[in-house]
Amino acid sequence: MSETAAIERAIDRSQMQVSDEVAIEITNMNKWYGQFHVLRDIDLTVNRGERIVICGPSGSGKSTLIRCINALEEHQKGKIVVDGTHLSSDIKNIDKVRSEVGMVFQHFNLFPHLTILENCTLAPIWVRKTPKREAEQVAMHYLKKVKIPEQANKYPGQLSGGQQQRVAIARSLCMKPRIMLFDEPTSALDPEMIKEVLDTMIELAEEGMTMLVVTHEMGFAQAVANRVIFMDQGQIVEQNEPKEFFNNPKSDRTKLFLSQILGH
Amino acid sequence: MSETHSFTVGYVRHEMQGPLPPPVAESGAVKWMRENLFSSWLNAILTVVSLFVIWWVLSHTLPWMLAGVWSASSLTDCRNILAERGYSSGACWAVITERWPQLIFGFYPSELYWRPILAFVLLIGAVAPVLYTSLPRKMLWFSLIYPLIAYYLLWGGSVWTPVMLAVGFSLVGMGGTLASNKSGFFFGVLIAILIFLLMFFDPLSALLNVMGGIAGLFSADSVRLSPMIGSLALRDLFPLMPTLSDLLGSIAPIGLESVTSREIGGFLLALVIGLSAIVFSMPLGILLALGRQSDLFIINKVCVTFIEVIRGIPLIVWLFTASTLLNYFLPPGTTFDLILRVIIMVTFFAAAYIAEVIRGGLAALPKGQYEGADSLGLDYWQSMRLIILPQALKISIPGIVNTFIGLFKDTVLVVFIGLLDPIGFINLIRATVEWNGIYWELYIFVGLCFFLFCFFMSRYSQYLERKLRTDHR
Repeated sequence: MSETAAIERAIDRSQMQVSDEVAIEITNMNKWYGQFHVLRDIDLTVNRGERIVICGPSGSGKSTLIRCINALEEHQKGKIVVDGTHLSSDIKNIDKVRSEVGMVFQHFNLFPHLTILENCTLAPIWVRKTPKREAEQVAMHYLKKVKIPEQANKYPGQLSGGQQQRVAIARSLCMKPRIMLFDEPTSALDPEMIKEVLDTMIELAEEGMTMLVVTHEMGFAQAVANRVIFMDQGQIVEQNEPKEFFNNPKSDRTKLFLSQILGH
Repeated sequence: MSETHSFTVGYVRHEMQGPLPPPVAESGAVKWMRENLFSSWLNAILTVVSLFVIWWVLSHTLPWMLAGVWSASSLTDCRNILAERGYSSGACWAVITERWPQLIFGFYPSELYWRPILAFVLLIGAVAPVLYTSLPRKMLWFSLIYPLIAYYLLWGGSVWTPVMLAVGFSLVGMGGTLASNKSGFFFGVLIAILIFLLMFFDPLSALLNVMGGIAGLFSADSVRLSPMIGSLALRDLFPLMPTLSDLLGSIAPIGLESVTSREIGGFLLALVIGLSAIVFSMPLGILLALGRQSDLFIINKVCVTFIEVIRGIPLIVWLFTASTLLNYFLPPGTTFDLILRVIIMVTFFAAAYIAEVIRGGLAALPKGQYEGADSLGLDYWQSMRLIILPQALKISIPGIVNTFIGLFKDTVLVVFIGLLDPIGFINLIRATVEWNGIYWELYIFVGLCFFLFCFFMSRYSQYLERKLRTDHR
């Protein structure tokens, strides 16, 4: 990770507003894998419209943290409230949160037995009970947005990695989520494809989407994020606005990490 | 650097060359033979030896088959005809031309042969929409009611029995759908299987059942409130079925002439057992596989125990259990058809295998597929039905078909509990005065019939695999 894609385009900040409304509230959250204490006393409040980049060395618990937010991972202690819904073991609550929170994975996780269009319409039809025709119109709208409407009737296996990741983003957007989680969305991509995915994510940010992004793309963090969180050993070590975070890191761990990741 | 440069001569092609046919030795039959039959000395020797073996086998069997006598009344008759024609030996196909109705239908009354034949023709109509998705989806309704039609055609009796069964099933289905739209289908399948089994045990007194059934029918709210209450009430309704259908039968006595299970034999029996077991073991196997993967402790352990116990004991033992032991556990006076008992046992046996095959498919799916489905807010049954099972089943096709082929052939084991499947009839025919001493012809015929069915299944599975392949395109 010596080089990160620089963001050259101008960013339209007119709609990037952080409101006072709380989107996600995590209080004193702890998680263990067996005896291993993965997340320790995580406190994090995300307001609506925030774009947060979470970085840190591998194994620092950053992916686990955002996977806890839509209950792909269970937490053992503490409280997570997403969009006013308390994440308890109640399956109804969990399904509700998941349908409101979009998630994009490192390995896309598209459904290979369905076409691109079917991938996008599946959840709206079955979870939201949207009529098929309407769901298809919505899906085509978002596929146009991620600039691959012409691939709608192909299967995921026929698309490049970058295209698949953009479909994955469109698939999440079809559920009209209020929060988007990105779990290393560009880590499995070739360098020339990273840019197309980052562009899609920037457009999303420009529309005011609340985003939590686990990534090593520091260019993206500098250009888009309003807050950067650095995690190590399952704890939040430092968080700050990007300019301060990159130019004037406070903790030694952060300094070490940044020197390694930025290659000087 | 400079040396290479001195050899480099400028070159520009002005005319593009057209395509030419490949040399004769590199195309067509000659090439194919060189590559596949005579690519090396060893390969050439093997080719020659194989050709010799094939010739040797055919030279011994073909004359025997072709010299065959197609019409004769007994084996002695057959041998006389052969001697007259001057053959020292020859097949006596006459045994098949004379006895094929028994091999196919068993002791089914010959004036009623149209019923199994009609059932078989309808079977094609019922199976086609399941096997080929290009056919109209509405035909699946016919596939759904076909088992009842087939049951009625084969066994006959009052028309009200299958009608009431259909009413019961659709009530359960409706109850399930009403109670929860999402899991209604799977719940319905599970309940249908349970009820199907429970129905034959009839352990409660008629009065209780009448009351329970009526209560269940009229308290529609309870049906809507919970599928559990609804299905329990309907399950109580079921032992009532014979009474209700008897009642209707006395009012409107419509029906076909009854045929008892003892009269059903031959390939008809093999097909009834084999196909029923295939159809019922599939949903049961899927549920068992999901149960074995489940985090719910009790469900998990029940499924594991079921699979391990059923699979760990030979089928023949289960068949003996079905034919003899089961009677000890049933309330006295219950008549519990032997064919039905065998179908249940074979279904359980196949389901245990299918469950393990499907579990392999489930395990082969990347974790990301489960997470992808979860992250979109699909509930458990939705993600299983729409995302996980279609992919897991696709991976499992070869294993599933393998199990089905094995199961179909294993139906011949029922001969040991006194059911007259094709093998049973071979023994019967060979015990008669006319055909005592004959064996090759009958076994060849039965073997060929089994082979045709199994070969069809195998080809179909290959077609299905090709059709469902969505990667690398």
